[in-house]
Amino acid sequence: MAGKTLLKERKAGNLLVSLSAVVAGILAGCLLLIVIGKNPVDAMTKIAQGALSDSRRIGNTIAVATQLILVGLSVAFAYKSGLFNIGGSGQMLVGGVVASIWAYYGQDIPRPLYLVIIILSGAVAGGIWGFISGFLKARFNVHEVVSSIMLNWTALWVIYEIIPAFIVDPKVPSKSAAVPAAQSLRTPVLQQFFPRSYINWGIVIAIAAVVIIAFILNKTTLGYQLKAVGSNRFCAEYAGIKVNRNIIITMTIAGVLAGLAGVTYYCGYSNIIYRNQMPNEGFDGVAVALLGNCNPVGVFFAALFFSILKAGKGSLGAGAGIPPEIADTVIAVIIYFTATAVLFRNLWNGLFHRIYEKRVAGANVKGPDGSLSD
Amino acid sequence: MSDYVIEMLGIRKEFPGIVANDDITLQVKEGEIHAILGENGAGKSTLMSILFGLYHADRGVIKVRGKEVRINSPNDANDLGIGMVHQHFQLVHNYTVTENIILGKEGGFVLDTGNASRKIKQLSEKYGLNIDPDMVIENITVGMQQRVEILKMLYRDADILIFDEPTAVLTPQEIDELMDIMRALVKEGKSIILITHKLEEIKAVAQRCTVIRRGKLIGVVDVASTSVSDMAAMMVGRQVSFKVEKEDAKPGEAVLSLRTLCVMNNKKVLGVKDFSLDVHAGEIVGIAGVDGNGQSELVEAITGLRPVESGSVMLLGKDITKLSIKERNEMGLGHIPEDRQKRGLILSQPLYDNFIIKDFDKEPFSRHGLLNKKAIKEYSQKIVDAYDVRSGEGIVSLAGKLSGGNQQKAIIGREITENPKLLIAVQPTRGLDVGAIEFIHKQLVKQRDSGAAVLLVSFELDEIFNLSDRIAVINAGRLIDIVNTHETDEYAVGLMMAGIKADKESR
Repeated sequence: MAGKTLLKERKAGNLLVSLSAVVAGILAGCLLLIVIGKNPVDAMTKIAQGALSDSRRIGNTIAVATQLILVGLSVAFAYKSGLFNIGGSGQMLVGGVVASIWAYYGQDIPRPLYLVIIILSGAVAGGIWGFISGFLKARFNVHEVVSSIMLNWTALWVIYEIIPAFIVDPKVPSKSAAVPAAQSLRTPVLQQFFPRSYINWGIVIAIAAVVIIAFILNKTTLGYQLKAVGSNRFCAEYAGIKVNRNIIITMTIAGVLAGLAGVTYYCGYSNIIYRNQMPNEGFDGVAVALLGNCNPVGVFFAALFFSILKAGKGSLGAGAGIPPEIADTVIAVIIYFTATAVLFRNLWNGLFHRIYEKRVAGANVKGPDGSLSD
Repeated sequence: MSDYVIEMLGIRKEFPGIVANDDITLQVKEGEIHAILGENGAGKSTLMSILFGLYHADRGVIKVRGKEVRINSPNDANDLGIGMVHQHFQLVHNYTVTENIILGKEGGFVLDTGNASRKIKQLSEKYGLNIDPDMVIENITVGMQQRVEILKMLYRDADILIFDEPTAVLTPQEIDELMDIMRALVKEGKSIILITHKLEEIKAVAQRCTVIRRGKLIGVVDVASTSVSDMAAMMVGRQVSFKVEKEDAKPGEAVLSLRTLCVMNNKKVLGVKDFSLDVHAGEIVGIAGVDGNGQSELVEAITGLRPVESGSVMLLGKDITKLSIKERNEMGLGHIPEDRQKRGLILSQPLYDNFIIKDFDKEPFSRHGLLNKKAIKEYSQKIVDAYDVRSGEGIVSLAGKLSGGNQQKAIIGREITENPKLLIAVQPTRGLDVGAIEFIHKQLVKQRDSGAAVLLVSFELDEIFNLSDRIAVINAGRLIDIVNTHETDEYAVGLMMAGIKADKESR
């Protein structure tokens, strides 16, 4: 008989897994710095200073975090339903370009209404992009990874034509005309705390999105269904949950989130769209979601961490004399390591298991049931 | 020298939290059929996996022909002349018999199947296996596939043969043939270890029987002088009744009516053909058949998981052929699915989420799209209490952490609590121990007595005969016949399972 059920095997918690991934990522980054003959402590300090040393820098870091939170949420939300949204970049682009067109042509609309319009229209545009992926998956079983990657490029080339047709910068035809500050999401309400930074209303949108997505996932029948489909679609199907309908809803909501990221990115953080540039945030969102364990609050903190790296990168070059390519590599190494959080879960669980086995063996020697005496 | 060809002395094997084998000794004489009897989870398979080199014992000695050996892998076991027929056959379906048998023993770069083929033919004739070496696996019956597995061992010169639950997939006639083959093998000097929980089979072929319960050796008995009920009592630890207590059915009106139903299977050919059947309120109809004869397709068509090609499904007089799964569930269809881990539960979610998976969108579990966790948890606690679902942390335990028996109790509790008008139970006791089986059988009969129509699909004839009021036999997707359980026997049903409609001179 199993008389040792009192001993419990410990399992690695999400926070432990994510934090150990972060630490390992930073250590790997340091190792790379040592290899190229730089002082890692100095470099890491420079990153922190670059991201956080004054209110302008903190504001910029928050501004970078804004779109990472939203795209991370987009990926995490889809992932909860068993879908992999790699189309964040395309969804951002369509959301951003629609908002930019409003900014160009809607200058006479009163500001509160104008803000609502650009935010909603960007969300709708991203949502449509996500819907297409979901529909293709539900109707024709086209894998969402394939369709969303193709839609990234579709978005890029559509915008390539839209910019010269509607919102081109008359002097530089390779980019859109800059959105005037008064038409962007930047606001004195936030700028007063973080002067001269890129901080904008987007961070409020992002925080609201974290709360709303957490609420949907945990408290609503919609979230219940999405998770059921994501965890075991066969069981969901058996129970009468409409799997295909849920796939479409999920991808649409994921697209809405990434579309919002596009609005905050192109009409808040930045104010121009280059005709031939895919935003990296769509892919960074995957790493953010993984590091955050696809949990909305986890995504929030993971995005903050990533934004510190991204915002501090400049200082790494300027302050520590590290060439930008190497700085990028260091950041990439940290990001790659953090994206391998699942490895650390296995590592910790393996360790806990060995400890557990040792304790079981120890308990057996003085086994109370005497089952070992032979 | 020792009389024993295999000796496993004082074997102990522990897995986290459980002692699978606790000081078990097994001694097999040369030329005998030695049965190992025990419930599911008693430790039979662990013991055999140790003998076959798949696991390593924490303690204990293995002797083969009197000599102490270390068996670290199945290859070591093969070298010692130990062969195993696994429960799930390990055959390549588009290869011929010969190609399957020599797989891993091809020898050289150029494949020489001629010699191997001749040797296989000789072996087949010697032991009466009746196998043509040039046939392709996917074209032969399950019974023949099993004989290919036996040939595989013989081809490798094994003389100690382990059969792991060999009759689970066979019709009664095929079981008889297998028994004959086993007798022939022993006559030629082979020794056989037969793992099973079916007592009649032990009675039919084995000389001695080692009984294991909960990882411990209970005893070794001489089969001829021990009664079936004594062996059962040793296996379970108490007297068990094999008969399910139930009164005669009082069937009411038809709840489920199938009319010339045709359903495609996954290979896009008809898996169910012109199937017509009525199941009435207050009766249990058992679908008897060998696995893979259209049972899954039939159940999926009734529950809405699979589209119907032609024909109709009626529930309570209403045509539901085109209705969604949800609409069917809401009309009172309960379904205990064949694969409890794939369809029945979301293993990564807590139990309470699993209990409301069909009703999460109804009051009191939710209102205006918002979940009511309190109501959900209260409801779940009721099911857990009523059906004695045991788990580490109660209703917040992840479904995947429960034992198979408790997972099944959870599903049955969920389905029965809905008060279904029609309850479809597919293999409801697969892999469960006798205690859980008794409980589940009682619940099914209780449903019948309270006026539900029960459709039972099982590959175990015992279960079909024990529970069913009427038996519908399916073969290759066709309904062969429907018979009253009182008026038939396992032999007649077995013939029908093989596709032969029973008549007066069937024997």
